Amino acid sequence: MKSSNNCLDLPGLPGLPFPEEATKKREITRRAFLTTASVTLGAAAVPSVSVSRELGAPRRAYGERSPFEKSARYFPESITPASSYSRTPLQDLVGIITPSALHYEVHHSGVPEIDPRHHEVMIHGLVERPLIFTMEDFHRLPSVSRIHFLECAGNSGGEQVGRPAANPQRSHGLLSCSEWTGVPLRTLLEEAGLKPGATWIVAEGADAGRLARSIPLQKALDDVLVAYGQNGEALRPEQGYPIRLVVPGWEGNVNIKWLGRVHVVDQPYMTAYETAHYTDLMPDGTARQFTFVMEAKSVITSPAGGQELSGPGFYEITGLAWSGRGRITQAEISTDSGKSWQAAQLNEPILPKAVTRFRFPWSWDGKETSLQSRCTDETGYLQPTREELLAVRGLNATDHYNGIKVWYVHRDGKVSHEQG
Amino acid sequence: MNKARLCILCAGIAVVTTTLAQTPRYNLGRLATPEEIRKRDISVAPDGSGLPAGHGTVTQGRSAYQMLCANCHGDRGQGVAQYPALVGGQGTLRSKNPVLTVGSYWPYATTVWDYIHRTMPYQRPGSLTPDETYAATAFILYLNGIVDEKAELNETTLPRVKMPNRDGFIPDPRPDVPLGESKNSAVSHH
Repeated sequence: MKSSNNCLDLPGLPGLPFPEEATKKREITRRAFLTTASVTLGAAAVPSVSVSRELGAPRRAYGERSPFEKSARYFPESITPASSYSRTPLQDLVGIITPSALHYEVHHSGVPEIDPRHHEVMIHGLVERPLIFTMEDFHRLPSVSRIHFLECAGNSGGEQVGRPAANPQRSHGLLSCSEWTGVPLRTLLEEAGLKPGATWIVAEGADAGRLARSIPLQKALDDVLVAYGQNGEALRPEQGYPIRLVVPGWEGNVNIKWLGRVHVVDQPYMTAYETAHYTDLMPDGTARQFTFVMEAKSVITSPAGGQELSGPGFYEITGLAWSGRGRITQAEISTDSGKSWQAAQLNEPILPKAVTRFRFPWSWDGKETSLQSRCTDETGYLQPTREELLAVRGLNATDHYNGIKVWYVHRDGKVSHEQG
Repeated sequence: MNKARLCILCAGIAVVTTTLAQTPRYNLGRLATPEEIRKRDISVAPDGSGLPAGHGTVTQGRSAYQMLCANCHGDRGQGVAQYPALVGGQGTLRSKNPVLTVGSYWPYATTVWDYIHRTMPYQRPGSLTPDETYAATAFILYLNGIVDEKAELNETTLPRVKMPNRDGFIPDPRPDVPLGESKNSAVSHH
């Protein structure tokens, strides 16, 4: 499939004494590569190759990707762009970390520009000592770094209601995974000292709409991070700069960005985003509330919708699996419409509440087929099919959907979300 | 459970809690003053705690709404284009096309007040005074038939408003989907 490095496999190439020779040989290799792979999955048309003898670009203070790399977040037009989303191009990613610039976004009142020198986080309510922390305080406190996924509760909701999306970005792209660095919220709560009766916190952003969510104190004391770092540098503004909550395994909306206030309280405060939104309407007319955990889910990112196989032969199936309840213990692939399942290989590291990449060797015989993945987490929970899920939840609940996603391979090699 | 056992249980809980009430270990962060807390704390609980003193009538709300809200939400709260409706949908939650509005879905009037106070109007979030917020809330509840035309809302009356879908929410029962392993038991490893 994607094999632009093939030419480097030629023995002796790096040692050739004459640059002209090297150029000629590279040219031959490249042409051979192009004839076999010109319509392959993801390979862009490449003009004739030459090894430049001109001096390259000088240094630069902050690196950028190659101009040949075009992968980007996707977002539709919106009449309220400050209250909308963008999706991660999952089909373009390798490994488990989402580049910060491609991390999905959901904002409800736009991205604030916050000067960290003037930012503070207040912890108050049922505490012995109401405290205000500056960014300098956060950097002085003992820190931890952990890899966790974030997923919007509404990710792949269209799949549930029968509008399957055409590629992994459109179907599952409200999912990203980063290394987060910061201070455990527990540390801050210990510094403030909890009073008896404290059972919940209300975390509030410093964005224009002061987005607020109630979180049980038990979770706050467990593994919640107050994070200032993302993938080795400061958070991106879209991800909550200068400081945010990371609530591992729980729906994206409670991971309050631009954190400004933590109110320790004795009850959930029933904010709009835990009542009017992110609640799931059941067939009997009741709605599920505080459905925090994002359950085990997986998606094949290649071969997947929008891609094309160049012909029969070997392909590696790869994709992502994740669970808000802990580690992924198994990912399985079916190439026969779910009749049989085979275990995929899980790439290390396999971390709790993080994305795990799976791989599966596959040989396409040129016939129409379908590809699907499912996963199991360490609690024994198995990702359900859409039909199994609908039987319980119906069509009116569109958040927290985690059904199996099916891609269809057509005779001409095209892969899509629709059966042929 | 008898009283003695209850006391022992409570003592146990108190011990757990006090482990978090020790002397601070790092002595970082400064004490927030009551004034700082008062200025920043805008939380409102469903029992009304946190609501600022103030009041607004349906009549006052009608003019505030037409000026600040009707552009997006329609003059009767019916919604405009993709901007959501605030009115209607009662009795539709079990149907194929449920309409989720303040009137049909939102369980607490305090949530309506808090959301308007934080986020509205869309282009100028947080710009309404408490009185304007009470008035706008009163008018929207009136449009939904939840309060009458003469109603005035304040920090005492607002939390007493009983919303139609107040008892419509249930706690998360997941995992809820039965495992479908039967037809797929032949897992092979390689």
